[in-house]
Amino acid sequence: MGETVTFWVLAVVSVGAALGMVFNRKAVYSALMLGTVMLCLAVLYAVQDAPFLAAVQIIVYTGAIMMLFLFVLMLVGVDSSDSLVETLKGQRFWAIVAGLGFLALIILAIGNAAFSDQAGLAQATAQGGYIRSIALLLFTKYVFAFEITSALLITAALGAMVLAHRERLTEKPTQKDLSRARFLGDHPSPLPGPGTYARNNAIDMPARLPDGSVAESSVNRYIARYDVEHGHLPEDPELAEAIRHTAEEDSEESTNEVTK
Amino acid sequence: MESEIAQIAQYAGDGVIGLSWLMIAFPLVGAFILLVFGRFTNRWGHLLGVAMSLASFVVAVLAFMELIGFGEDQRRQAVHLYEFIPGMVDMGLLVDPLSISFALLITGVGSLIHIYSIGYMSHDEHRRRFFAYLNLFVAAMLLLVLADNYVGLFIGWEGVGLASYLLIGFWQFKPSAAVAAKKAFVVNRVGDFGLLVGMFVIWTSFGTLAFKDLGAKVSGAENGVTLAIGLLLLLGACGKSAQLPLQSWLLDAMEGPTPVSALIHAATMVTAGVYLVVRSGAFFFPEGSGAALAAAIVGAVTLLAGAIIGCAKDDIKKGLAGSTMSQIGYMMLGAGLGPAGYAFAIGHLITHGFFKADLFLGAGSIMHGMNDEVDMRKYGGLRKYMPVTFATFFIGYLAIIGFPLLSGYFTKDGIIETAVHHQPVLGWLAVLGAGITGFYMSRMVFMTFFGQKRWADDAHPHESPSVMTVPLMILSLGALGLGAYLVLGGTLYTFLRPAVGGEATPPVFDFASTPGLVTLVLVAIGAAIAWVKYGRAEVPAVQPRGSFVTTFARRDLYGDALNESLFMRPGQWLTRIAVFFDNRGIDGLVNGLAAGIGGTSGRLRRVQTGFARTYALSIFIGAALLTGALLLVGNI
Amino acid sequence: MTTHYLVLSALLFGIGAVGVLIRRNAIVVFMCVELMLNACNLAFVTFSRQVGNLEGQIIAFFVMVVAAAEVVVGLAIIVTIFRTRRSASVDDANLLKY
Repeated sequence: MGETVTFWVLAVVSVGAALGMVFNRKAVYSALMLGTVMLCLAVLYAVQDAPFLAAVQIIVYTGAIMMLFLFVLMLVGVDSSDSLVETLKGQRFWAIVAGLGFLALIILAIGNAAFSDQAGLAQATAQGGYIRSIALLLFTKYVFAFEITSALLITAALGAMVLAHRERLTEKPTQKDLSRARFLGDHPSPLPGPGTYARNNAIDMPARLPDGSVAESSVNRYIARYDVEHGHLPEDPELAEAIRHTAEEDSEESTNEVTK
Repeated sequence: MESEIAQIAQYAGDGVIGLSWLMIAFPLVGAFILLVFGRFTNRWGHLLGVAMSLASFVVAVLAFMELIGFGEDQRRQAVHLYEFIPGMVDMGLLVDPLSISFALLITGVGSLIHIYSIGYMSHDEHRRRFFAYLNLFVAAMLLLVLADNYVGLFIGWEGVGLASYLLIGFWQFKPSAAVAAKKAFVVNRVGDFGLLVGMFVIWTSFGTLAFKDLGAKVSGAENGVTLAIGLLLLLGACGKSAQLPLQSWLLDAMEGPTPVSALIHAATMVTAGVYLVVRSGAFFFPEGSGAALAAAIVGAVTLLAGAIIGCAKDDIKKGLAGSTMSQIGYMMLGAGLGPAGYAFAIGHLITHGFFKADLFLGAGSIMHGMNDEVDMRKYGGLRKYMPVTFATFFIGYLAIIGFPLLSGYFTKDGIIETAVHHQPVLGWLAVLGAGITGFYMSRMVFMTFFGQKRWADDAHPHESPSVMTVPLMILSLGALGLGAYLVLGGTLYTFLRPAVGGEATPPVFDFASTPGLVTLVLVAIGAAIAWVKYGRAEVPAVQPRGSFVTTFARRDLYGDALNESLFMRPGQWLTRIAVFFDNRGIDGLVNGLAAGIGGTSGRLRRVQTGFARTYALSIFIGAALLTGALLLVGNI
Repeated sequence: MTTHYLVLSALLFGIGAVGVLIRRNAIVVFMCVELMLNACNLAFVTFSRQVGNLEGQIIAFFVMVVAAAEVVVGLAIIVTIFRTRRSASVDDANLLKY
């Protein structure tokens, strides 16, 4: 009775969490949902006479793998939410059809199968208890596979390092190199800072040069683009024009980069 | 009683007959030198050609002298040369009365024409090549008549065909000459096909192609086989000798230089068919057999057709070509009458070789003086300007129409009388043909040498140089007396009997036989009509429209039209159908298949979108299908 | 009870599969793969108890180890791709096509 209740509660929770993982826009939430599913499964393992696996599930999956996921998500950008609009024609429809069809087939197969009463693990663990039995199998019958998995893990760790390692192709520039590059460039002096006006004192306001003309280089191009995209333009048409111009330059440059 | 043909004996002496291969070798070497050494021989090439031809002639005369030294039973001498195809053909020469007669004619008339060509071709820059081809022709023709088996004969047969092709198209810059050469070549192939298949049948039926072995084997053979072989050989003969239905090439062959027309297309090569029939006579054309009758009928029909064509032609060479067809028709008729006709056929062949060569060379002499004009309507009154040519041409003319006591009279009359005796219907057709001959030859002479001048403005007729007129005189001597010499007393008959058979006593020439007299009357009438129409009356310089019959004759009895509609058009349609089928059917299938596969691939390619999710979906669907399939077969 | 556990396992597997097919973020796709592996593990454990044999649990254990190795390498690849392309979308890497 206790197992039935546990099962139904955890089944509902785990299916709901799994659906939440698939249909959540934010990857972080998906990771948390997956953690929920894994915890549920750990409990279900424990219920099903597999306490060793339940522990491994929590330690390896929920502990190590989920942390790795979250870590990578931080690297990639935690707050970016994915668009759920499907770009491939018919992909979603056929995916769901195939998924439901597959599910139906499996359930049909399971329903067709006639299961006798559960044998239980009492006989299998008769020799010295559960952990001893597991260990016996692992270090006798499956010892070769076990050793191979260790090789696999080491290889994976090495592979991950090789893949993530970035090799420096040029020598690191010294102070001398940097200052030489600055004096050879267009602007030996720092770029002009943003303008300060009576009603506007913000980083997106272009400054005016001593002759009264607008200094376009005083506005960061990304900020200018943000302003243009969100309509945050000052009332002064001259300043607005300067911001617009800077934003255009930026988009032109990025297009060029892309085509390159 | 019929006498058996003499057995062929292996030549054992050490005389000229053993060296008779020299007859072929001389001109062959000449041709080889002239062709291989090219323009280095330009200066003296023609002299070499003449010398080689004359050398052949000398050998032929010496061999002839030696041959008549043998007894009658010994006059067939075979000279073994070498094993040609091991176990099948031994190449050898057969020197017997028949082949030596031909050899004398070929080398004799051939040498005269060689000499004549020195003058006739003096302005042609390719004269050396011309003599090379002439020598090649002489060599091939001698091989044809001297070979002691059908394979050697066939090689010579093809050799003369090649020489004929080369010489008809000698002026290949003229499209008409090139086309005529091709036509001659193609039509001759039809005949050669018959000869070749005939040889195949001979080999499979009798296991030999040598003349000396065939006689014994054929005597016990089935009639059907010999008839088939005879008809196939006759087809070959028709092709080479321009007999119906393969006559169409000869008239066009006049595009070649005139000496070629005289030598190849009048005197020698075109008579190869008659030679073939006479040579095979004892085997496949026995008297009264179907094949012999077919030969006689072909001859009779052709002699009339040729005569009718001759009546309508204004081109002097084409008129003579029609006449050649007609005269060979007489020979074929004679050859189809069995041993009784052979002597006259060969006799007519020899005399015709002389007087027709005489006529052709005369025509060449006229053209030489008239800026190569061939239209007789542009001639007229030439006898005063070309006296020697006129005299020799006139003798040839009298000989061909069968003027009493001249060559043609004896030989043609012999054929006619034999024919009336054996095949009365064909015989009387031949009589009618003789009358027409009288008309068209007289028309030719009157239009050319008599009447008013109708020359072109720039024509300055003059007598030809003596290098051309001397051969004419020699040939006209032959035209004058050779017939009497050969026929009177049965000289030729007796001479040829060991080779072709026949009764022991030669037929006595009957000067007052009914067919002979009727022939003379008809010839006289024909000549008179010609005089009235072309001698006395004014000849229009432009060809008049003419009646239906005239058009019929001018168009070569619609022979070309018949060939076109029967063979060319269906052939073209067949080709077009084949091309269409090839383009649309086979190419379409292949290209369609390729395009289909290409198009399918092009569309299938789009499946590879590069999106990993699409691939994953297809994998998943595949897995689902597999699961379903496993469920269906009940393994889960 | 075996049937119940197996149906739950199938449901989780199906959800994971659909997630692989419809999500574009490579990391989420990876998570869905992990979900599918977990579903399998559940089935293994269930069958282990059904037949009274520990080998199912041993296999589930190996699956976990291999999954760990796979996640390490896979995430490293994702990081590398993100570093060069500034995107973690699986649809952006579609150069290998017609």
